[in-house]
Amino acid sequence: MKDLLKKGTALSAVVAGCVLAFSATTTTTASADEACGADVTMTYVSWGGAYSASQQKAYHDPWMAKCPGIKIVNDDSASEGLAKLRAQVEAGNVTWDLVDMEAAQAVTACEEGLAEEIDPDTHLAPAPDGTPASKDFFDGFFVSECYIPQIVYSTTFGYRTDAFGDKKLSSIADVFDLEAFPGKRALEKRPDGNLEWALIADGVPASDVYDVLETEEGVARAFNKLATIKDQVIWWTKGAQPPQLLADGEVVIASAYNGRLFSAIVEKNQPIAMMWQWQVFAIDGWVIPKGTKNKDQVLKYLRFATDTQRLADQAKYISYGPARKSSAPLVGKHADLGIDMGPHMPTAPENAKETLLYNTDWWADNRESFDERFNAWLAK
Amino acid sequence: MTDGTVANEGPLVTSDGRPLKQSLQAALKQKRRQAFMLTVPLLAFIFIFFIVPIIAMLWRSVENPEVPNYLPNTVAALQSWDEASGVLPGEDVYAAMVKDLQIGRENRTIGKVGRRLNYEIPGMSSLFKGSSRKAKNMTEAPFKDALIKASKKWEKLDVWQLIKRESGDLTASYYLSAMDLRFTPDGSVAAQPENRQIYIFLFQRTLIMSVVITGLCILLGFPIAYLLATIPMRYAGLLMILVLLPFWTSLLVRTTAWIALLQSQGVINDLLVAIGVVSDDGRLQLIHNKTGTFIAMTHILLPFMILPLYSVMKTIPPSYMRAARSMGATQWWAFYKVYFPLTLSGIGAGTILVFILSIGFYITPALVGGTSGTLISNFIANHVSVTLNWGLAAALGTMLLALVLVLYLIYDKIVGVDNMKMG
Amino acid sequence: MVRFEGVQKSYDGEALVVKDLNLDISKGEFVTMLGPSGSGKTTCLMMLAGFEPATYGEIYLEGEPINNVPPHKRGIGMVFQNYALFPHMTIAENLAFPLQVRGMGKAEQEERVKKALEMVELPTLGGRRPAQLSGGQQQRVAVARALVFEPSLILMDEPLGALDKQLREQMQYEIKHIHENLKVTVVYVTHDQAEALTMSDRIAVFNDGVIQQLSSPEDLYERPDNAFVAQFIGENNKLAGTVQEIDKDKVATVKLDSGDVVKAQAVAVNGKGDRTLLSIRPERVAIAPKKLKNTIVLDGTIEELIYLGDHIRTRMSVAGHNDFVVKVPNNSGHHVLKEGEKTTLGWIAEDCRALDYNIYDKDHG
Repeated sequence: MKDLLKKGTALSAVVAGCVLAFSATTTTTASADEACGADVTMTYVSWGGAYSASQQKAYHDPWMAKCPGIKIVNDDSASEGLAKLRAQVEAGNVTWDLVDMEAAQAVTACEEGLAEEIDPDTHLAPAPDGTPASKDFFDGFFVSECYIPQIVYSTTFGYRTDAFGDKKLSSIADVFDLEAFPGKRALEKRPDGNLEWALIADGVPASDVYDVLETEEGVARAFNKLATIKDQVIWWTKGAQPPQLLADGEVVIASAYNGRLFSAIVEKNQPIAMMWQWQVFAIDGWVIPKGTKNKDQVLKYLRFATDTQRLADQAKYISYGPARKSSAPLVGKHADLGIDMGPHMPTAPENAKETLLYNTDWWADNRESFDERFNAWLAK
Repeated sequence: MTDGTVANEGPLVTSDGRPLKQSLQAALKQKRRQAFMLTVPLLAFIFIFFIVPIIAMLWRSVENPEVPNYLPNTVAALQSWDEASGVLPGEDVYAAMVKDLQIGRENRTIGKVGRRLNYEIPGMSSLFKGSSRKAKNMTEAPFKDALIKASKKWEKLDVWQLIKRESGDLTASYYLSAMDLRFTPDGSVAAQPENRQIYIFLFQRTLIMSVVITGLCILLGFPIAYLLATIPMRYAGLLMILVLLPFWTSLLVRTTAWIALLQSQGVINDLLVAIGVVSDDGRLQLIHNKTGTFIAMTHILLPFMILPLYSVMKTIPPSYMRAARSMGATQWWAFYKVYFPLTLSGIGAGTILVFILSIGFYITPALVGGTSGTLISNFIANHVSVTLNWGLAAALGTMLLALVLVLYLIYDKIVGVDNMKMG
Repeated sequence: MVRFEGVQKSYDGEALVVKDLNLDISKGEFVTMLGPSGSGKTTCLMMLAGFEPATYGEIYLEGEPINNVPPHKRGIGMVFQNYALFPHMTIAENLAFPLQVRGMGKAEQEERVKKALEMVELPTLGGRRPAQLSGGQQQRVAVARALVFEPSLILMDEPLGALDKQLREQMQYEIKHIHENLKVTVVYVTHDQAEALTMSDRIAVFNDGVIQQLSSPEDLYERPDNAFVAQFIGENNKLAGTVQEIDKDKVATVKLDSGDVVKAQAVAVNGKGDRTLLSIRPERVAIAPKKLKNTIVLDGTIEELIYLGDHIRTRMSVAGHNDFVVKVPNNSGHHVLKEGEKTTLGWIAEDCRALDYNIYDKDHG
């Protein structure tokens, strides 16, 4: 027995020695592995243009500098992300590793089982003061179990400063006021957002908007309000259109993504000003495709990209607000122009006095019927 | 080998004694087999990349796996429930539903059921999502009360009628939606409320606009093709390049150009204002409406009309017109009676090309068509990539395909496809 | 009937395709415009039909100037090179086309079409389409169509060019017979000299935009006015030399480049010192002739013999030319020749014509 024990101890000593020796020789790779995951090329699907560039600079480049074994390849097909993701998952051949999605799409992706679930507190870093991720992100941003919020953007109004003399567009009601503010408007060709605005302009309190839309009278009221400006509206479908329409003088007022307006006003010096009242907040973020082969590396990348500093960094390159509360104070100056980005954030207190958070759940329920109704209304 | 000449001599034979007919057939068979082998790659290609996707589309438009696969217990329990009875299902159905909700939440499949049923009744998506969350804690009967407590909607008859109706493996509801119809709760078919009727209208608009675009292409393409076919070669080459230019420019460049030209502050309007045709306030709306779609699509599709017309006109010798003139026909009569009928095969080919292409167009109308210039394909694309309602997209696509086939058959009856010359 | 008066034509403003055309065609005549391609003959036809305007000069039809009359009002029937039958109409519809244009009643149209089809011996083919007919049948329909509205003038632009040799010869006679029966005026364009000789009352030989000679087939062959015509029509031996003298009977004494001195008819030479080509038809040359008063006799060497049945084609070296051709008739008891044999040959002075010194390569027009 003694012998046996002795033998056993000797054996374990040898084993331990081997392990020690082994780990000693591979320390560097092991720690890199731990932080970055095994060497791999990740396919990152996003929207292209300035938005992808901001992600490249704020997230990909620093991560690849830290993890030389990881390569991140951009794929600009996020506008068809949902459809292509579904095709990949159904075919059992998932080649994407991370997909940038609007919240509403992410809800669909999650319900359809196209995305991996994540737990914010396990997979995402806490705030520097220790607040867990689930509390540090703005309330309601985790729209589904699969969603990792990244930025908050808003759909708001831009108007030509030379169109109305000294008058300034100051409220959503002005958008619907053709007498005081004559001229063509550009609105996005979808019911969501427009119906809410119509009701608010018609006097419905913002907090009651979705309740009112539950009733047939409320829907009719919203459409009737929209109808008052229908023949003055050019409906846009791509984010690049409204700033262009404003710049060309085709319209005098346009709803647009705030980042696009920022770029037209600040970077291109167009005679355009913004009207922030009842801007509609929406979230953009990530989903991890179900069945990605590199889930480990993706999660490690995400933990890095969604930390407080990195989310704040993205705002240096594009005027969208970080999704974390703790990032807000860290938002600095524009990387090229050197201007303070804080006041241009949709989340800046000055801009965010009255905001509407896009109700993803409500629209998930009502998308089909309202799309049909909206298009029928447009077509006739 | 005519029968008359050999009838008296019996069947002819080759030198090895086999009947001549048989030998000939064998030789031809060999040739036919070789010819067929050459086409095999193409046939395989067409089968894999054309036939299979179309079959998949047909299947997608009727398949209905969500309810039977993900609510199996409920479907089984609903078997014995009479949906016309007017009373809610019993406790067993609710118990089965709770079980399905629990399993579905576990397997992440309940969202699919919710989305599928949401196509039929708005609100089902959140009903299933919310109830499945709450169903986790429902461990004891009565489940009926528990579910109704979770959401009042479980008390509604039409929810259960819908689940029972969609519990088969196949469904007609996508086609109904595509035709602006729907099932009423009692299972009969009725029209959608008028303010949701859109697809039939869009099919009509697509057809009408395609006809107009095809007509415009004929009107504009015919003289150009004639010019191309009659001017000296060196000028024809240059003109041909101009005709083909739309093919060689990217869609984005073209669209930008159209916008710069056509918008109300654009080149054309500026010119009209400058020469006083329209006032500064009365600038014409030439884009973001039907006019924009007409202009842009005619521009893109014009080559498809010009090329077959040109290739047909190239084969009409000038002597035909001269012959007609020498026999006393005026220029116009000779054109009408001789030249024009000879170009019909080209017009036919161009018409069918342009028409079928324009019926399926969607990127250009989306960019320049505004709301009045969008076509059915825009909605198909929208259902594929945005709403992810592939069943409805497949149903609309199948209807569009059927429509094209029917029109093609009618066209064949009237014009005769054999008479077409693609060039 | 038809008169061209000083007609000129240019397509590009730089070169004249037709230089100075003067031509009179009388009623009922069959006139052929013969020439190599590019010689201006088809252009003349097109000007007459009204498809090309004359750049200068005037064309008269039955005494009326027609320069400003559009083609459909000229009332001229025309047969085209490739028939130009309308492929989308039946034969009967093709034939009825000119009648329909003239607003003729249905019954009369049918009557005329029937008659026209009978004339060209295709009475049963009215219901067919042109593509279902053979080339010869299409040709006849084309002729019938040009005649069906009874024009007094018919133009034919190389109408037989697409037919094979045998059919072409048959059609030549048929067209000739139709011409004789109907007594219409025909202006016919061809580049085939045999066709022209067979069919025509008169032939206008075109070259380089100018009519080189306008005369009957016989005159054209027997008495060419210049070296081009001599070489273009039929086979021709040419001997180069210099004129020494022309007497008052228009007999020229020519010193050949080989040194031999011969006599010839002075046709296109002006006087002493002119360079000239003597033209002798191969069938007018005799081997080892008897020496008569106006016979010219030269020495020659037989280079090559080709047996052609009715005659033996003999190529000889004569007066420094090794392409001198003699057709030796295959008579009973004719002189048997051998290659390399030296012999004499000769011809009567009237058969030898002293023409201008221009050498044309026949193959290249």
